[in-house]
Amino acid sequence: MTGLRYVYAVCRPFGAALQSQLTGVAGDPPRTLRHRGLVAVVSHVPEADFTEESLKERLEDLDWLAATARAHQQVIDALTAVTTPLPLRMATVFRDDSGVRVMMEEREGDFLRTLDRLDGRVEWGVKVYVEESAGQDGRGGREPAGKPASGREYLLRRRARTRAGEELWQRAEEFAGRLHGTLADRADDARLHAPQNPALSGATGRNVLNAAYLVRRDLSEEFVELVDRTKDDVPGIRVELTGPWAAYSFAGENPEEGAA
Amino acid sequence: MTTASRMPEPFGQGQGANLADILERVLDKGVVIAGDIRINLLDIELLTIKLRLIVASVDKAKEMGIDWWESDPALSSNAKHKELARENRELRERLAELESARTPLERGAGRARGEDESP
Repeated sequence: MTGLRYVYAVCRPFGAALQSQLTGVAGDPPRTLRHRGLVAVVSHVPEADFTEESLKERLEDLDWLAATARAHQQVIDALTAVTTPLPLRMATVFRDDSGVRVMMEEREGDFLRTLDRLDGRVEWGVKVYVEESAGQDGRGGREPAGKPASGREYLLRRRARTRAGEELWQRAEEFAGRLHGTLADRADDARLHAPQNPALSGATGRNVLNAAYLVRRDLSEEFVELVDRTKDDVPGIRVELTGPWAAYSFAGENPEEGAA
Repeated sequence: MTTASRMPEPFGQGQGANLADILERVLDKGVVIAGDIRINLLDIELLTIKLRLIVASVDKAKEMGIDWWESDPALSSNAKHKELARENRELRERLAELESARTPLERGAGRARGEDESP
């Protein structure tokens, strides 16, 4: 099959086979391409979708983008089950195998260093949300029913409502800061990401903490339990855990940059 | 090589994973390598910012009044029609304006024509 080479990740050579059912972007099963001490995981993609021009267009087609992103993540996920992959950004595409080999040779030193740093580690995502409803009516049902009888009462109620909202915010920020501190202590590295917009994630509540933690596999169970224990600590605040992910947030060249 | 034994069950991944979580990682994180097919990273960054607002729940976003992508030519084919419709409307308005300016000289004729042409 001809076409371009889409590269998902670079890893050290691994013995295990990838799941036979696994398909990559554009439905082509990923395979490994070995060059010296490294392996690139690649699949073929049609030129029609991946020229500069069409890619630019495709990336703005939400359905295509979502399907491609999920396919990319699925391959990375399968790799995470058998080794420690160094995930590349979506849509890293070469003309042919030799282009991929040249790239691997050029970046060999960087890749090996980063793979050593990430070896045996995975990424856990932790998000903290403030429940929107809890912020609106204090802590649920404290607000007097019915219309305010006077302008003064209206203002008093409004002030109480604002104060309840502010208190919740403050509690949420303190909680998030404390949680982040505790988790960062147990992790090898941590990153703070921009909060997610609720319209984007479909999650309810306002996202006040969106963090990623690099954790050793053998300590992951403990890490997850730790997050679990904090879950019901504060009313009106929700903690969400995702993972294990490949170490996407820690694969960059500058480990210090953006460190929490 | 490290094995995946003693790993807890995955949380919120696979098909059920929040698309925002996935896009945040595959578009925004990971190693950046200039492949043979160059995509402008600025394009990707711009796209990421736009996606922060919409992905996963377009209906919900609409409820919240976030619907700018419908009129953004980069994100919607619909927008191109709207763009044309808007231009068309502006031209008609401008025409009507010019014609009504002429009415003191040519009483009636220009105005009547203007009315015929309005949708």
